[in-house]
Order: sequence, then C-alpha cells, then structure tokens
Amino acid sequence: MRSIAIAAFAAVVYGSVAFAAMAGEQLVELKKGAGLDKVETNCAVCHTLDYIRMNSPFLNAAGWDAEVTKMISVFGAPISPDDARIIGDYLKANYGQ
Amino acid sequence: MITRRSLLEAAGRGAVLVGAAHELLRTFSSSAGAQTAPLNLPVQLPLGTRQGVVLDALPSKQPLIKLSYRPPNYETPIELLRTAITPNDAFFVRYHLSDIPEVNPETWRLSVGGEGANGEASLTLEELKRLPAVEVAAVCQCSGNRRGLFEPHVAGVEWGYGAMGCARWKGARLKDVLDRVGLKTEALEIVVAGTDKGPLDKTPQFIKSLPVWKATEDTTLVAYEMNGRPLPHWNGFPARVIVPGWTATYWMKHVSRINVVTKPFDGFWMKSAYRIPLGKFPIVARFASQETPINTPITEMVVNSLVTSHADGDTVKAGGKVMIGGLAWDAGYGIHAVELSTDGGSNWTAATLGEDLGRFAFRAFSHAVAVPMKGSYKIMARANNKIGQSQATALIANPAGYHHNVIQTLNLVAA
Repeated sequence: MRSIAIAAFAAVVYGSVAFAAMAGEQLVELKKGAGLDKVETNCAVCHTLDYIRMNSPFLNAAGWDAEVTKMISVFGAPISPDDARIIGDYLKANYGQ
Repeated sequence: MITRRSLLEAAGRGAVLVGAAHELLRTFSSSAGAQTAPLNLPVQLPLGTRQGVVLDALPSKQPLIKLSYRPPNYETPIELLRTAITPNDAFFVRYHLSDIPEVNPETWRLSVGGEGANGEASLTLEELKRLPAVEVAAVCQCSGNRRGLFEPHVAGVEWGYGAMGCARWKGARLKDVLDRVGLKTEALEIVVAGTDKGPLDKTPQFIKSLPVWKATEDTTLVAYEMNGRPLPHWNGFPARVIVPGWTATYWMKHVSRINVVTKPFDGFWMKSAYRIPLGKFPIVARFASQETPINTPITEMVVNSLVTSHADGDTVKAGGKVMIGGLAWDAGYGIHAVELSTDGGSNWTAATLGEDLGRFAFRAFSHAVAVPMKGSYKIMARANNKIGQSQATALIANPAGYHHNVIQTLNLVAA
C-alpha cells in the first residue's frame, strides 16, 4: 500500500506531520522512472500525486523547475537541493512537454 | 462509528493500523473509487487531466469529478448543474491545503477583532445564529473554473466547467458580526481565516482579505446554512463567509477568525496569488488597497453561461427540435438575456429565462433549436447582463488562468 507507506514514512521523517490520506489516493500511479522514489516521499507529504499527472504534458523544463521551486520557497517543502534536482529531472522526463 | 475519514486519519498517523486500513481501503476504493463511466470531459483539458480524473464520492457527497484526492478538489458534472440551485451533495469541493479538521460545533468559536477594531469578541455558533438571519441565493464559483480549457495551458487545478454551484446561503451579515467590536475609522481590510491549513508549519495558511466596503455590504454573510441544511463539512461547516458576486476565493470555509486591519494584508494568498492583470477584464468592483501598477486581486465574477442539457459531442435525434438548456450568471448586476446562435455567431435568438432567484443566483435558460437533418450542428450560447457586459469572444490570457468566460460552442450530432 504505497500511500500508507508514504504516510508512515512522512510521519517518521517529519515528526508531527501526519497527513490524512484520502481513500483512492493509492490508486494514483505515476510512470516508473528514475527519481520516482524521491517524488513519492517528498511531494506526497502535502498533496497526492494526481496533481502531477493533471498538470501534464504541457509544462516545459523551465515550467517544472518553477513548480518545484515554488513548492520549496513558497510552500516550505523541506526538499534538499539534490532531491529537488532529481524530482525536476523526473518530472521533465516523464510529464514534460 | 468508524468512518472512512477517521480511519484514514488514523492510518496516516502511524503504522499500527496499516494492516486493517489496507483491507478497508481496498473495500472503499472498489465501491467509491475509480470508475470508467463516461465523464463528458471537455476535450480541451490537458491529456494528463483527462487520463487521471475519476468519479469519486467524498463522505456525504454524490460521486463528483475527482481532480485531486488530497487536498480534495472535486468538480460537479454538468448533469448535476441543470437546476438553478445546486444540491449540497453535488456541490463542488475545493481546498488548497490538506490539513482539514472536522470542526466540533460545540467548541467552535468565531473570534473577531484586530488592530483596526475597537475591541475583541468571540461568538459561539448559537450566538452567531441569534444575530438577524439573512438568506441569499448566490453563485459560488472558483476563480479558476475552466482553467483546464486555457490554451496554452497554465499550471494549477485543471478545472473543467463544474467548479461552481448556486445555493441558498443563510447566516448573519458579516457587518453585524463586525458590529460586535466596531471598526475604527481607519479600518481598511477585513481579514478572514479558517481552521484548515497545510501539513507543514511553513506553508502559508489560506487567509484572505476583503475591502471594508465589500465586507460590510448587506449581502456579505457568515453563513451556517446551505439550502436549508447545515453546511456540509466539505463546503465549510460550521460557518463560511459568503461574498455574493465575488469569486469563491473569498468565501472562507470553516471561518474562525476575522481580523480588522488598517494596512493592506500582505499574506501570500492576497499578495501573490489570485491576481489578474490590470485593465484586461471588464471589472467594476475594485479592491483598491491591494492594487499594484500591474495587477489587482481578482474580485467579481465575469458574466458567463453554460449549456448543461447536453455535453459537447452529444448525439441527438435528427428531424425535429432539441431543447437546449443551461445556466447564466454574473457578479450580481443581473442577467439581461441569454442568446443562442446556430450559424457561427451571425444571428442570435433570445432564449427563455427561468425563474429569477435573485441577482446573485444562477438564471436558467432554455431554447428549442431545430435539427432538421442528420449532420453536425454548432450551437453557441452567450449571456448579457444588465450593465451591458457580454461574454468574451476570445480568451483573455492571464498567468493563473482565471475568468474564463469565452462564448461556448456546443457540437451536436443529429442522427
């Protein structure tokens, strides 16, 4: 159960952070690819991964970089620069224009 | 009783319940999860959106079009938008942030005060209900409704047509709530916040402000009833702000704090988000204290209409007439007319308008269109309001994808 695993992982990593998983969200399966693990463990803390597929395939590389940057600088996602690069590469390769 | 929600919240908190949750999640997802029924999705939506949406029922809701599970963003299928009043269980759901507590109405308090007020007060739900009650039928429409139809696409929740609904909202006037403390003469904006927030402390809480002039209009409410029933959890229980005429971003759900300020509120959701370029839209209602030389907060809705009797591409019977029906609305100036064209916009015929439920409500329209022969028909619909505004003939591009009111062209196939 991916979503539960992610929830448990997030609870461990972020301590007090415990999001309420919604039924059905485990049905969201993104494309397999390098960096998917980083996407699942970082992005799914705040939102389900259907946001990614929903916003595809129209964002170019700069567009996806801007989205990742926004999540960090505006919404406060604690994503390391290395992980941010891996996530950006995954999004461009699998959900880019 | 173990609800899906409480169970899942528990599941989210740790691994103890994972085994049990696993089985129950399977049960729920098979009953309320992915379905493959035709959703009549607009063809203009991004491909990834079209591939990803499913019909899914949140607790207490009918199956709606699920765009995202968490935070929940669910739009109303057009089949459920055929009446001027939208049922509570069909009303769209929109959240920015995913920590959405279930509010206990016994312990809920609405506090009001701030540096622009003459004092502080706190109201229970019962105290709120003892203020003079007002009921207003009003359209609640997401600023980004139809964002998914923008070309080129813009990032965000890729709504089709259904991030809107109209209900009879009953509550106290926000003005009367503010009277509990009184405004200083220099009061500039009324800041409203709810109980929902992001899962991370650093995520800006969803907080909005209104200019005093709009906050104190007679029709701006703190509502606790929707169509004669308590607000559904997903639509703001136990109370939400109702700002008739203005887009839903100001209609704060689960409202718990009202802050009067004497300087422009500079939170993210006002300063950076929900802004439109200055001068591109025919907007009357201004939010002057928040304007910059280049942009302004979105305020009132633009005049619009939607055919809901048929979906784009539907097949109808050739050799007679087909009744085209739908809804029209604007910012409260009132719908003057809805017109239909079957010749690409050269000639327009007035449709019959339905009951007038008030200037802020959906106005139903209907018109019989001849489809004498087999073949393709293009039907255009446009609404005009009482101050001479009409729908856009071409998309007005803007960075966040707001105010889509391009005249709709419905393709029907007569067979």
